[in-house]
Amino acid sequence: MDIVVEAVGLKKTYGEFVAVDGIDFEIRRGECFGFLGPNGAGKTTTMRMIYRASPLTDGSLVVLGHEARGGQNDRLIKARIGVVPQEDNLDQELTVRENLSLFCGFYGLRGAAASARVDELLAFADLVAKAGQRVETLSGGMKRRLLIARGLLGRPDLVILDEPTTGLDPRARQILWEKLGALRQRKATLVLTTHYMEEAERLCDRIAIMGQGRIVAVDTPAALIENHAARHVVEVRLGVDGLPPHAADLTELGQRAELLTDRLLIYAAEAEPVIAEVLQRLPDHVSLARRGSLEDVYLNLTGKELTD
Amino acid sequence: MRLPGNIDLAMALTVWRRNVMVYRHTWKANILPNFFEPLLYLVGMGVGLGAYVGESVGGTNYLTFIAPGLVAASAMNGAVFETTYNMFVKMRFGRIYDAYLGTPASIEDVAFGELMWAVTRAMIYGVAFLSIVAAMSLFGVPLLTSPWALLLPFELILIGAVFSLIGQVFTAMIKSIDLYSYFYTLGITPLFLFSGIFFPTERFPYGDTIAWFTPLYHGVHLARGLATGVLDLSHAVDAVWMLTICVILVAITPRLMRRAMVK
Repeated sequence: MDIVVEAVGLKKTYGEFVAVDGIDFEIRRGECFGFLGPNGAGKTTTMRMIYRASPLTDGSLVVLGHEARGGQNDRLIKARIGVVPQEDNLDQELTVRENLSLFCGFYGLRGAAASARVDELLAFADLVAKAGQRVETLSGGMKRRLLIARGLLGRPDLVILDEPTTGLDPRARQILWEKLGALRQRKATLVLTTHYMEEAERLCDRIAIMGQGRIVAVDTPAALIENHAARHVVEVRLGVDGLPPHAADLTELGQRAELLTDRLLIYAAEAEPVIAEVLQRLPDHVSLARRGSLEDVYLNLTGKELTD
Repeated sequence: MRLPGNIDLAMALTVWRRNVMVYRHTWKANILPNFFEPLLYLVGMGVGLGAYVGESVGGTNYLTFIAPGLVAASAMNGAVFETTYNMFVKMRFGRIYDAYLGTPASIEDVAFGELMWAVTRAMIYGVAFLSIVAAMSLFGVPLLTSPWALLLPFELILIGAVFSLIGQVFTAMIKSIDLYSYFYTLGITPLFLFSGIFFPTERFPYGDTIAWFTPLYHGVHLARGLATGVLDLSHAVDAVWMLTICVILVAITPRLMRRAMVK
């Protein structure tokens, strides 16, 4: 079984509001699959349906070989999934170690096997020194690492991370990325949501870009950039006056251009001819050439399809 | 082990164990008041007020009359406190149940595990009270006068379960923690006053009939029967009445909790 999660026409409505609007996707064994999109795009709702916290309204969702619809297979599915929620739901009244040892009970781990597993995960999360302390004394980054450790207790076949680094400072985020990278090297199947492009690009093998309950594009980061932005982007910083009239035809350069309030973005397969032309026409403006990024993809798709 | 109603005992025990872990951190600070409260009630009401009441209530000395009912009420108080404020905080503020539901645990396991813990708390309260009453009996105040009193701890389990479940149902139905003041002032306080602990329920018109439909009445009536050994069929009815309520509410609670939590 190489498909770990398969959704067909997956839909979730709350009364009149359509949170997830009939989406199709599949997640393969051993990959890191990301849902990227703005707040309210339906990412978290999709995740909650996968980890069986939320019933589906319509469509089909097969998780680890079990149909999720109807809820009869919830125990089977949940036994093989590790959940790292968006909000901190650690037990504030217990110590770091107790938070882990308690949850061993939900995965049938007892006695020596349980304490060995807890030791292993405390080491993985760099929390050995904090083991005896109450959770409330931990920093945001430590709490998130403890949540990940808790999610891994049952040796899950699928790890679900909902915005794993939201609200963390850059250093804590780097540390967390290293931990997730280590998980990837062990061939764990990861599903994560994020609204950080850098995170998606760095961690994910494939990305589904979501907006308004729909999947707008699914592919590898490189292919998304190739198809929805360009390999290279020339960025012209504009002043308060915007693009000077005499340079209006710069938007004709390259494959496509996007005029934002403070910047002109020119997408091109090759950067050099474009930047040369820009520097010649607008010598007083700050211009630079860079590689196309997911952010460009996001802006492109956002501009066209995500907001209307 | 799987119990009826999709309850996995190992999962429910894990939910129960969490509360034991927390209690282990705090029991030293919490345990003592459990012994002061019975002493205060027994001395204040039983000895103080009892001096004026004499044997005019229930044909026995007033302290003897009220002691069994107070034991029953202590189990009620221990149980409801656990499944009202404490459970609300775990469910809504700490989001601890969300964390449980991210594991193989079901909502039925969570409800049943919390029930087991609330009954444990009711037992701690009730047995503390009972031990004071028993100690007084040993030292010449005849509060427990029958070997049937040995069954009182088992009755405390039943009272604890009834009131834990009533608290769970209320907790699953409210969205604001402020609503508990209604639960206590319009529910628990009248039960405490009018279930036959301090005076017979016949005191008010239809008092007996109305009380029969309320839970603490049966707890008090059965406790008094077990303490004195004066038992008849009505005491068996008390036990069956409470057991029936438990079975009904165990089935209903997970459904209400699901409606409150699963979106």
